[in-house]
Amino acid sequence: MPIASRDFRELRLDRISRDFGQTHALRDITLTVGRGEFIALLGPSGCGKSTALNCIAGLLQLSDGAIWLDDTRIDELGPEARGFGMVFQNYALFPHMTVRRNIGFGLTTQRRGKAEIARRVDEALGVVRLDPHADKLPGQLSGGQQQRVAIARAIVVGPPLMLMDEPLSNLDAKLRLEMRAEVRRIHAMLGCSTVYVTHDQEEALSLADRILVLIDGQARQLGTPEELYSHPATPAVAEFMGYRNLLDSAAAPVDGGVVISIAGARLQGTAQGTHGTIDGPAVVAIRPEDLVPTPDGPIAATVEIAEYHGRDFYAVLRGDDGSALFCRSPVPVRAGDALRLAARPDRVLVYAAPTP
Amino acid sequence: MSSSTLSLRRRLRERGLDGVTLLVIPGVVFVLALFIYPFLYGLVLSFVPKQGGALANYATFFTDPFLYDTIWTTLLIAIPVTILNVVVSIPVALRVRLMRRQRLLTTILVIPITLGTVMVAEGLLTYLGPRGWLNRVLLEFGLADSPVRLIHNYWGVMLSLVITGFPFTFLLTLSYVTGIDPSLEQAGAMLGARARTRFNRILLPLLLPGLTITLALAFVQAFSVFPSAILLGAPSGPTRVISIAAYTAAFEQFDYSMASAIAMIMAGMQVLIVVALLAMRGLFFRGPASTGKG
Repeated sequence: MPIASRDFRELRLDRISRDFGQTHALRDITLTVGRGEFIALLGPSGCGKSTALNCIAGLLQLSDGAIWLDDTRIDELGPEARGFGMVFQNYALFPHMTVRRNIGFGLTTQRRGKAEIARRVDEALGVVRLDPHADKLPGQLSGGQQQRVAIARAIVVGPPLMLMDEPLSNLDAKLRLEMRAEVRRIHAMLGCSTVYVTHDQEEALSLADRILVLIDGQARQLGTPEELYSHPATPAVAEFMGYRNLLDSAAAPVDGGVVISIAGARLQGTAQGTHGTIDGPAVVAIRPEDLVPTPDGPIAATVEIAEYHGRDFYAVLRGDDGSALFCRSPVPVRAGDALRLAARPDRVLVYAAPTP
Repeated sequence: MSSSTLSLRRRLRERGLDGVTLLVIPGVVFVLALFIYPFLYGLVLSFVPKQGGALANYATFFTDPFLYDTIWTTLLIAIPVTILNVVVSIPVALRVRLMRRQRLLTTILVIPITLGTVMVAEGLLTYLGPRGWLNRVLLEFGLADSPVRLIHNYWGVMLSLVITGFPFTFLLTLSYVTGIDPSLEQAGAMLGARARTRFNRILLPLLLPGLTITLALAFVQAFSVFPSAILLGAPSGPTRVISIAAYTAAFEQFDYSMASAIAMIMAGMQVLIVVALLAMRGLFFRGPASTGKG
């Protein structure tokens, strides 16, 4: 491996917090990033995920807590002393330097020899497949190429940890898919740990080994993509993970689960959380694709808006009791159609309503 | 017939010429009447001396040390002041960029510009004078044995040019500094560059084009110093700047032709230095100080 990562076992965030004046941007985040692991910090905008990344980078001071790299406490060190690689949302390429000089910047600050810099820059250019553009200025490159320069510039020094701040959010849809694969490929190739900030759940699911969901500056759930997708810990996380149908209801325990009533129909669901069952006020979460049009389904609803999405239809419906429902339908639906909907009990997630 | 006039109008509009373009006329008239015409008038006048051939005024200027020395006197004041103002502006602007109450500080710094050079010179005359506050404090605390001479010499002019010139260079520099994307410095830090390296290799190269413009403008301002050279300086000796020579020729010797010639030489010097600075600027990177779409 030409660009070798330095060895470390784990990066530990120990109850880190960051305040901006009166607002708590980040509260008590604890996370351990193992060697070679790909962690995504996922959350809506303003949730504190970029703040968390900047704290790890050293660009922001902590208000409380500590950051450890194995047995070394690093949260007192400046960013230049930590030696992490960072890819910025706006790329932050030096506009007055050629691609080659941009990529070599980190090596020149380490006072490496000319020959070594040239060799390692060439390797990095090869990794991101930018060899023909080595002598251009960043302004002459497309967005995707600039992003690859930014990645090359960060990996060329062989950082033990890569920090990425929404690196793909400025790219168009097609390029984003390409670059996502590229990020995955480079991560696998270098084997360095990565902390990746994104607001796009699809991006997090497809890239990360583990995902930390942040909402309002607090950690809401840490888990593998499968865990988050199938078993979000709270209704708020569920909403963010694509459970479009979030309905207030009342739950009663039955054999093998709970029974809830939504949109005027009774439905069997699965209680979430540690209690195993729920008796009383509840919140029900169902993905649009799990709410399937079925001729004898328990829920009756009328289609209000139908969107054609290529492989299926996305419909906004109104239940008998007036509640809004969202479903995906493989069969064509049109506004005004009356549908009956059903959902598998294991795909109907029931949460105890938060006590006020 | 009407179709051809229509197409003419359309063709003009495609080149950006339409009814709104006419609004440029008052501006053009103004510039022609108040700048171009007096300049050309002065230029012609300078070649019609009281006696001798067309170049007699210029010959006199460059043979009489009392006259041509004013160029060096002026440069000796203008160049150090310009460099000092710009060099001090950079760290101040870098610091102010990070401040929350930027506007308050900026307002305080701008006040000297609005007061004008005469007012500042008058104020300094009293403040720095032998019985002024500065000398009283120095004497009271035993920091000086006798009043420090800061007026009616080189330093008086220098100080007044710093006070009136600094806000100007500072504001320009601040606008250039804030135009640099802060994430570039952060990227430098993430790549192991300490503050000094970040300044030398990232900030300074991106600032240089703007700083050259600032230098050029500040120099022109300092080179045409007049009120403070008279009020605070020694106008017959060390601060006999070129504008004083022009003034003497025009209003003491009533030789408008000679005064015009001196004014032309002054303008020539300024153009020379500004052109030299702008030519240097061509060597620097001049693109935007940020990349990406962020």
